Amino acid sequence: MHLSGAQLIVRLLEQQGIRLVSGIPGGPALPLYDALAQSMQIRHVLARHEQGAGFIAQGMARVSGHAAVCLASSGPGATNLVTAIADAKLDSIPLVCITAQVPSAMIGTDAFQEVDTYGISIPITKHNWLVRDVRDLLTIIPEAFRIAESGRPGPVWIDIPKDVLTASIDVAVLPLPGLRRAAPELNLDLLGRAAELINAAKTPVLYLGGGVIAANAGAAVTALAEQAGLPATMTLMALGAMPVDHPLSLGMLGMHGARYTNYALEEADLLVVLGARFDDRAIGNADKFCPKAAIIHIDIDMAELGKIRRPDVAIQGDVAAAVEALRSLVQANPRTQWCERVAELKRQHPLALPHVEDPCSHYGLVHAVAAELDDEAVIVTDVGQHQMWVAQAYPFRRSRQWLTSGGLGTMGFGLPASIGASLAQPERTVVCFSGDGSLKMNIQEMDTAVEEGVNVKVIVMDNQSLGLVHQQQDMFYGKRIFAADYKRHTNFQKIAEGFGMQVFDLDASPDPRATLRSALKAKGPCLVHCSIDVQQKVFPMVPPGAANTEMIGG
Amino acid sequence: MGIPHEEQVFEKVVLELSVHNHPGVMSHVCGLFARRAFNVEGILCMPVDAGHESRIWLLVRNDTRLAQMISQVEKLEDVIGVAQRGADRRVFEQLEAFFQ
Ligand SMILES: Cc1ncc(C[n+]2csc(CCOP(=O)(O)OP(=O)(O)O)c2C)c(N)n1
Repeated sequence: MHLSGAQLIVRLLEQQGIRLVSGIPGGPALPLYDALAQSMQIRHVLARHEQGAGFIAQGMARVSGHAAVCLASSGPGATNLVTAIADAKLDSIPLVCITAQVPSAMIGTDAFQEVDTYGISIPITKHNWLVRDVRDLLTIIPEAFRIAESGRPGPVWIDIPKDVLTASIDVAVLPLPGLRRAAPELNLDLLGRAAELINAAKTPVLYLGGGVIAANAGAAVTALAEQAGLPATMTLMALGAMPVDHPLSLGMLGMHGARYTNYALEEADLLVVLGARFDDRAIGNADKFCPKAAIIHIDIDMAELGKIRRPDVAIQGDVAAAVEALRSLVQANPRTQWCERVAELKRQHPLALPHVEDPCSHYGLVHAVAAELDDEAVIVTDVGQHQMWVAQAYPFRRSRQWLTSGGLGTMGFGLPASIGASLAQPERTVVCFSGDGSLKMNIQEMDTAVEEGVNVKVIVMDNQSLGLVHQQQDMFYGKRIFAADYKRHTNFQKIAEGFGMQVFDLDASPDPRATLRSALKAKGPCLVHCSIDVQQKVFPMVPPGAANTEMIGG
Repeated sequence: MGIPHEEQVFEKVVLELSVHNHPGVMSHVCGLFARRAFNVEGILCMPVDAGHESRIWLLVRNDTRLAQMISQVEKLEDVIGVAQRGADRRVFEQLEAFFQ
């Protein structure tokens, strides 16, 4: 075959199984776009900002677990992608990001729209390339997918000069697609020691992180918990790994975890850490977290073992495989006494959900939405108070039901990630809980949502404020609210209408539940607007630097 | 960067990295140490194996985070292997004369 570099890329993406890519073209990327236009397999979704393209790809990757592709041109196209790629790095989401670069001969001359994309992308990717020869594409493209999906997943970035896109190459046979590398062999001795610790423990707790979702280990972990009577807590990233209404679920731990969760962890004599990384928002003050507990830490990423807390048993490996192996070594044990103690803590210190019966209140709206949906829906959030209210109150029961920006905490994640989720799994209803601040950060993607007709329901919890900042200033900065309230009210309904979106306003509705129901049943994208009292807080709250047991409120 | 909590004197060690030889590898390695606030006191880099690979020697302090740092270095795709050496520091000492 006689191909251009651009055509070769398209062929390699096709055989990699890619059916959808998102991006925005520009000068140096035009050869690639021209080749893409000829593809019968790949559909291109035009975003309205490259950050949107990056998050659309993230949405696809988060619901499917497979690497998704985003594209941009050189210079500002590439820099606009940075936030979405950094977000993928911190949440270990597999992405292949492809950008065009000025022609090789012009690199280093401060050419028009030249930036050092390679240099910029080093600290925010798992790996990156500047392609110097068209022949290198034959190895780099499959390698990119292999790296993105192997081990701890993450984003990779390929920067391709325009002359490499236009160069021609003769290819006899295409290289094989890049596939996930097998996980490292499990150490059976260490698994045996872990099983002994579990068997001997009186008050053990499972601490589940995003790695459980990445490894599709939710069912295995739940089975282990049931077999050995192990209550399980989940990080923000792991919600859905075990159904929250499972008797052994302790819900979310950490800064905005329920009191009973953080109290139960305090009593743990053994912590079994699965695909989690002792993030400060999850564990609070590291020295005071689970002070009495021995630690078993299982993770695919060797560098996480011992990074924050030194484990008694550290096992590198695939979490699903490790948990399956543990199941054959761990004794069946209902651990009645400990489970009763946990149930007692739940009764004594439940999660307080004030005003939950009012569908136009913060927790009430979350419950009202949940009441209209089944577990097949996908729930996405932006970042702020609304994100935490949803994390606390929504009944998550399925892995990959919940998409949120955890590690980077990026406002503007919600709408484009929802579009990506819906494009990848069009049969699902996708609900995006957003705040008025976050929605403004990628509001242009309403246009993309309407053009694509995606089944995305944006629910804006409008407190006319950067609510989470407002809360911090109210609580920790002497109520000096500064640069956190919007002085003018934004008419989101008109904006959405301007983009051609259907609009539902709960404020104006005589029957908000009925209005919500029609919105969730409506075909295509819509906006649901609901005013929220700016004084409402996310409680309980662990103040920065405090132990998880030193919660305020709730 | 990498200031130890107390005025403690740490033994120095040399990390020997085998890496793929292409432009950008040094950025990956040095950026990683800077990003994780781990001080590198000396660097030597030479191509080996007819230029297919490079060997990088890093003079670093053997503080409590060294093991973590090595794990992070091992994750770099262009790093083929990492070895920790103690005694081979003479080359850095001899180099000092050139930097007077
Ligand atoms: C891109 C970005 N900029 C700034 C922040 C800091 N920040 C965290 S939450 C928040 C306020 C979010 O406001 P809104 O989206 O209205 O949600 P609310 O807290 O009111 O529910 C801000 C500014 C952030 N997380 N992301």
